[in-house]
Amino acid sequence: MEKEIKLMKGNEALAEAAIREGVDGYFGYPITPQSEVLEYLAAERPWLRTGMVVLQAESEVAAINMVYGGAGTGKKVMTSSSSPGVSLKQEGISYIAGAELPALIVNVMRAGPGLGAIQPAQADYFQATKGGGHGDYRLITLAPSSVQEMYDFVHTAFELAFKYRTPAMILADGAIGQMMEKVTLKPQKERLADDKIKELYPWATTGRKKDAERTFITSLDLDPERFERHNHALQAKYKKIEENEVIVEMLNVEDAEYIIVAFGTSARVSFKAMDLLREEGYKVGLVRPITLWPFPKKEISQLAEKVKGILTVEMNAGQMVEDVRLAVNGRIPVEFYGRMGGMIPSPEEVVDAMKQKLIGG
Amino acid sequence: MVYKKTPLMTDKVLSYCPGCGHGTAHRITMEVVEEMGIQEDVLGVAPVGCSVLAYEFMNVDMSEAAHGRAPAVATGMKRLWPNKLVFTYQGDGDLAAIGTAETIHACNRGENITIIFINNGIYGMTGGQMAPTTLEGMKSSTSPFGREADIMGHPLKITELIAQLPGVYSVSRHAVHKPAAVRKAKRAIRKAFEDQLAKKGTTFIEIVSNCNSGWKMTPVKSNEWMEEHMFPFYPLGDIKKDGKLVK
Ligand SMILES: Cc1ncc(C[n+]2csc(CCOP(=O)(O)OP(=O)(O)O)c2C)c(N)n1
Ligand code: SF4
Repeated sequence: MEKEIKLMKGNEALAEAAIREGVDGYFGYPITPQSEVLEYLAAERPWLRTGMVVLQAESEVAAINMVYGGAGTGKKVMTSSSSPGVSLKQEGISYIAGAELPALIVNVMRAGPGLGAIQPAQADYFQATKGGGHGDYRLITLAPSSVQEMYDFVHTAFELAFKYRTPAMILADGAIGQMMEKVTLKPQKERLADDKIKELYPWATTGRKKDAERTFITSLDLDPERFERHNHALQAKYKKIEENEVIVEMLNVEDAEYIIVAFGTSARVSFKAMDLLREEGYKVGLVRPITLWPFPKKEISQLAEKVKGILTVEMNAGQMVEDVRLAVNGRIPVEFYGRMGGMIPSPEEVVDAMKQKLIGG
Repeated sequence: MVYKKTPLMTDKVLSYCPGCGHGTAHRITMEVVEEMGIQEDVLGVAPVGCSVLAYEFMNVDMSEAAHGRAPAVATGMKRLWPNKLVFTYQGDGDLAAIGTAETIHACNRGENITIIFINNGIYGMTGGQMAPTTLEGMKSSTSPFGREADIMGHPLKITELIAQLPGVYSVSRHAVHKPAAVRKAKRAIRKAFEDQLAKKGTTFIEIVSNCNSGWKMTPVKSNEWMEEHMFPFYPLGDIKKDGKLVK
């Protein structure tokens, strides 16, 4: 079959991927720089194409709770927003994690804190990877660095979310959401039929069968001993995810003396910086965590045995660098270069930072 | 009359205070489900409030929503399973304070769901704080000298407000403190469920109820107080019937 290739914005690619992935429901609220997701869906009218439900909610709070409601019935549901809106979703995300429901949340990050700026940033790394809402939970967090990955990660995120019955997040930034690139589209997948959902997901509330036990979706348990056991079970699940689901891209690490660690738009910039540095004869490699949680601790720890130093590049005040330092555990210098407020670092800035902070002179 | 317990209530001992209206409201809701024979097609949503454990007592598939978000949770369910009967069961703090936006917008979209609203004029679960529906002059732990409207705002008649919305098909107010009132409330729930299955729009049932613990009264006294003080401000009866406001 011939490949279907289209020039698309990141946000549009994500929306098209949702339709073709056979998503059952999308619930969202407008916010720059991700409003194109809802706009694209409204224009495509996927309810005519696949029966997919699309609803503009009254707020991000309502949207995430619609997701909670839909996910509890075994449907494939998602929401998308940008930083301030994702802050509003945190209570709901915690409920989804606690009730062990699969769902996709997309954050096309903009600069904060507060209302911040509408330009791209990566300052919600902590929020995404360390919990964000209340209680001990984790979000599987995927960081796309191209429009193609915005498209592909919709599938990856739902695979993981359903495999582990846990929420997954696509953590993009405004630049990835807004940029246009060629995307290879995949064929339309069928949405699961209601009977199939009942068969595959016995945990879902789909109506209590005569003479069967009822099912219910809850994150509540007032018995602390039992609830501690539930927490232990959650932690065991998260450990399994950490052991099995790390995705990381490593470029030019074989002969590298220095490494740049970066994700999303920062990784694109760092890729160019690596080339520039290599042209000057410096042996520099790039590690791009694709899953921010689970974080590629092992891979970075192993590199710390053979390289001289690591520069972490982010569009924030230095968040992922903490995880890099934990993985390195003091064995080699780990430096940080970042821009904030909606500024994107240039490859030249990264080259300078690498020279000044690590290579010397 | 021999009282037969519906199998759609579990055998769990109700966690409600003796004399509280929540138990009766649960029971009649489940009796309607049983009598309509629709158990396999019912999805309920429990709130945060004293009835947070409603899913432990109502023997149907249910989801426990975050505080105030039940109408959004129900929206997600109903949009994805349009042929199921979806209902929420919510207290006044849940529905008319923290969840006001979700309530109004679900109703304004005319979501084909039934909202069962237990108005006891107080936050029962957290120990008797002032609710949006607390009457003027009524004491609570956060209005210990009585609600003062100029400082604390007026009691909110959210039910009358919701009745104005075109997506809402029926709105009525009931009580469950006396057998005759219980029968009426039950008939109203049945009608609301039937209208939902006929895809008429949002159906909304308020039950004015007592909270003897929060009101610091005996169950008997609380019911008398409810008739004397709550009913005049929250009059029972139809507010919107078959899509038309009742004058
Ligand atoms: C986000 C959030 N805020 C506050 C609470 C605490 N809380 C639990 S129940 C409740 C009030 C419930 O009152 P109401 O809805 O009137 O129900 P009742 O207990 O009277 O039946 C509050 C404030 C919570 N659980 N979650
Ligand atoms: S606190 Fe009030 S509402 Fe809650 S169970 Fe007791 S009487 Fe009922």
